[in-house]
Amino acid sequence: MSENTQNTAQSTPATGTGSGAAKRAAAPATSSAPQGGAKGARAVVVAGNRIPFSRAGGPYANASNQDMLTAAIDGLVARTGIAGERLGAVAAGAVIKHSRDFNLTRESVLGSALDPATPAYDVQMACATGMETVSSIANKIRLGQIQAGIAGGVDSSSDAPIAVSEGLRRALLKLQRAKTTAQKLKAFKDLRPGDLAPSVPSSGEPRTGLSMGEHQALTTQKWGITREAQDELAAASHQHLAAAYERGFFDDLVTPFNGLTKDNNMRPDSTVEKLGGLNPVFGKKLSSEATMTAGNSTPLTDGASAVLITSEEWAGEHHLTPLAEVVDSEAAAVDFVTGNEGLLMAPAYAVPRLLARHDLTLQDLDLVEIHEAFASTVLSILAAWESPEFCKDRLGLDAPLGSVDRAKLNVNGSSLATGHPFAATGGRIVASTAKELAARAKETGKPQTALISVCAAGGQGVAMLLRSV
Amino acid sequence: MTDTYLDMVNSGLGKQLAGKLGLPRPVTLRRFTADGDFPSGSVLVLGRGAAGDVAASALLGWDLDVRRHAQDVDRVGAVVIDYTEVESPADLADAALELASAVRKLRPGGRVITLSRPAPGIGTGAASGTLPGARQLTPSQAAARQGVVGMLRSIAQEMRGGVTANGILLADDVAADAPGVTGALRFFLSGRSAYVDGQFLTVGDDRGDADVDWVHPVAGKVAVVTGAARGIGAQVTRTLAASGATVIPVDVPAAGDALSKLANELRVPALQLDVTDPQAGQKILDLAVSRYGRLDLVVHNAGITRDKMLANMDQAKWDSVIAVNIESQLRITETLLASDQLGPAPRIVCLASTSGVAGNRGQTNYAASKAGVIGAVAATAPLIAEKGGTINAVAPGFIESDMTAKIPAARRQISRRLNSLQQGGTPEDVAQAITFLLSDAAGGINGQTLRVCGQSLVGA
Repeated sequence: MSENTQNTAQSTPATGTGSGAAKRAAAPATSSAPQGGAKGARAVVVAGNRIPFSRAGGPYANASNQDMLTAAIDGLVARTGIAGERLGAVAAGAVIKHSRDFNLTRESVLGSALDPATPAYDVQMACATGMETVSSIANKIRLGQIQAGIAGGVDSSSDAPIAVSEGLRRALLKLQRAKTTAQKLKAFKDLRPGDLAPSVPSSGEPRTGLSMGEHQALTTQKWGITREAQDELAAASHQHLAAAYERGFFDDLVTPFNGLTKDNNMRPDSTVEKLGGLNPVFGKKLSSEATMTAGNSTPLTDGASAVLITSEEWAGEHHLTPLAEVVDSEAAAVDFVTGNEGLLMAPAYAVPRLLARHDLTLQDLDLVEIHEAFASTVLSILAAWESPEFCKDRLGLDAPLGSVDRAKLNVNGSSLATGHPFAATGGRIVASTAKELAARAKETGKPQTALISVCAAGGQGVAMLLRSV
Repeated sequence: MTDTYLDMVNSGLGKQLAGKLGLPRPVTLRRFTADGDFPSGSVLVLGRGAAGDVAASALLGWDLDVRRHAQDVDRVGAVVIDYTEVESPADLADAALELASAVRKLRPGGRVITLSRPAPGIGTGAASGTLPGARQLTPSQAAARQGVVGMLRSIAQEMRGGVTANGILLADDVAADAPGVTGALRFFLSGRSAYVDGQFLTVGDDRGDADVDWVHPVAGKVAVVTGAARGIGAQVTRTLAASGATVIPVDVPAAGDALSKLANELRVPALQLDVTDPQAGQKILDLAVSRYGRLDLVVHNAGITRDKMLANMDQAKWDSVIAVNIESQLRITETLLASDQLGPAPRIVCLASTSGVAGNRGQTNYAASKAGVIGAVAATAPLIAEKGGTINAVAPGFIESDMTAKIPAARRQISRRLNSLQQGGTPEDVAQAITFLLSDAAGGINGQTLRVCGQSLVGA
């Protein structure tokens, strides 16, 4: 975990007499000491943690978002030994959320080992929620508002809220306002039998009624992404993830939860041949051959992640070794409603804008992480960057961005293998990428840069640059 | 795991019944408390040697009521017998018979402690053959010295009411006022040794510090405990923390949830690490040094069982037990000894087992690994002494834990009664013995294996 022990050893470590007790005394829960740091400070990823991701209906079926987020935070607190610390902020969120979880992150902090005087807030940006929390915490650090914070996210597809129909909801609200028996009876006057069916959340887009998979099927068709290419990407994801577990990569990135010690969607023996046997599930009504299967699409998943982001000063004071700097991020959105662009193509726009701002090309990057909502999402984005037409017409570039070296892409597996608990995915990718960057920088002796790209419902996407420190 | 039989025979009716039927009557042991961690009653110092006088002055220094004759006292908390100067078997009688007259005056939770010198022969948990400065003994001298061992172990078996009997062996060139002797005396009097019975600790040199704060004997030390997520390891972590150390708990990634709860409770970093990782020693050092500047204490506690009768043993079961229980310890210790980032008095305690001493049906692999620990500790002792440190082992007997809870009920009842204290020990009992061995009070104790087994009849 500490690539840089010499550095930290030379600083003045808290040696000697009961440093645990000393630390406790130094940071009482009601401390009024300011949390802010220097404006312009670098925001660095110090450590990350997630619980193993589980397919919906598995070991976490009875765990709430709050249970899982608390576990992810507590694992991170333990890994970094910061129990009892008051942090500047904790930002997290969930995409599928019960109305009672209006203060999900704050409630999770209160249940965690952190100082209860740690403020927290919820963020919601669909599947980019985790990325947005990282960006938000990093920005606060850069502005000098806070010195340290946790960014994260959680989602449960098993413990999803079930709402009553619109008709029944109106009737119940009317009933609540009713004073007389007659008024109470009248409240149900307009109720129809169909109103009694519960309303279950779906991944359908409100403005188009199409599911995310059907939207992606349109994009897949447009870019002519083949079944073989999708299955190859899916098999690589499983194989990379399994290899990373095998070499102990996740030893300090994952903490078991509810009896699960590894992502249970992982199929280490996954091959293109095996994936080739699955029947397509999306795009079956389109003119071209349907190519998207359960194997090359992410399953519904439960899980949570958390990332500790601090100023370098705070990390040094706490004898923690930074893994990578959060350099910058960029959000983009596309008009998918009119069919002008594919639902999940926003990263194709966010990435070039971010790279241009830092005078970087795709080929300058040492690692590229593109969230695998579907295998074809990744492949469509890569195809777009290789397309002179797309890059000229849509991005206004003279030349295409070019191709991404596959050896640099999703090197430790991504969502097709781990699963995708919507808001938890950003934290998963940021933590793993930061660790990989630090390891490669140490190995090569050269600074390393990584790009992360995550697409989201509503035609949005967030791109981020991390750099080794 | 609660011992319902123990609770029953300590209640009114159960007590009478057990007495009438001649059933075992285990008592709740006197365990460590921060205030008044001494036996209640006077301390009787017997024997004529100079070591007795030294011990008496140490006892007086702890504000104990010290007497030199059995007839002077009614309530005896402890008896200390100085046999350090015995030259022939005839020299044992006087003090033995004076102790006899005091046995009935011993209060519950009392102590019998002998001071004597080592001799080759019966193993005493010490690497006695390799002690520096060992004198060439006459057969008569050796007989007298070994006589103490047999006598002490018999006394331990005769005692009831949670009274224990243990011995301190002073190497020939170790003076009675060596810190290790005073430290061992303090330990055997203390509730920290509640489940140590019929055992000997050898003080091999005059290193150490007798004046440690007995409530916080490892204050300010930076410690690492492997296998810390549950059972004995979790208790060792908590006890060391309560005794003043900053403890980093280590366990395999699969045990990370329990590990992180413990770490957060103690406000320390958790390290998810498989001890069989070739880099384990370096990773442990890196974390301790980066967070706390150095590493002082290590407890090699991680261990597994893969029990099978030898006829049914397979390669995987054999190899995994050897890899986790002994090879990982060897490798990590080697890394630590090669490092210049250890504190000035590094101390290691390794978990052995009475199965390693006596063997155990169905545990060929486990016993091989645990006996291996005992051998490795003895051989590592001179190496770590060069760095100012010590390495010792504790060998737990039947300890009430998740591991022993899996033993079938009838066999478990028998196993936990087959010792002089007629009960299983607790993880706390093991943790307290480890805490003592990691303290500077035990600085003169090196290369030893201390059994924490209530004088288990197995492999005594």
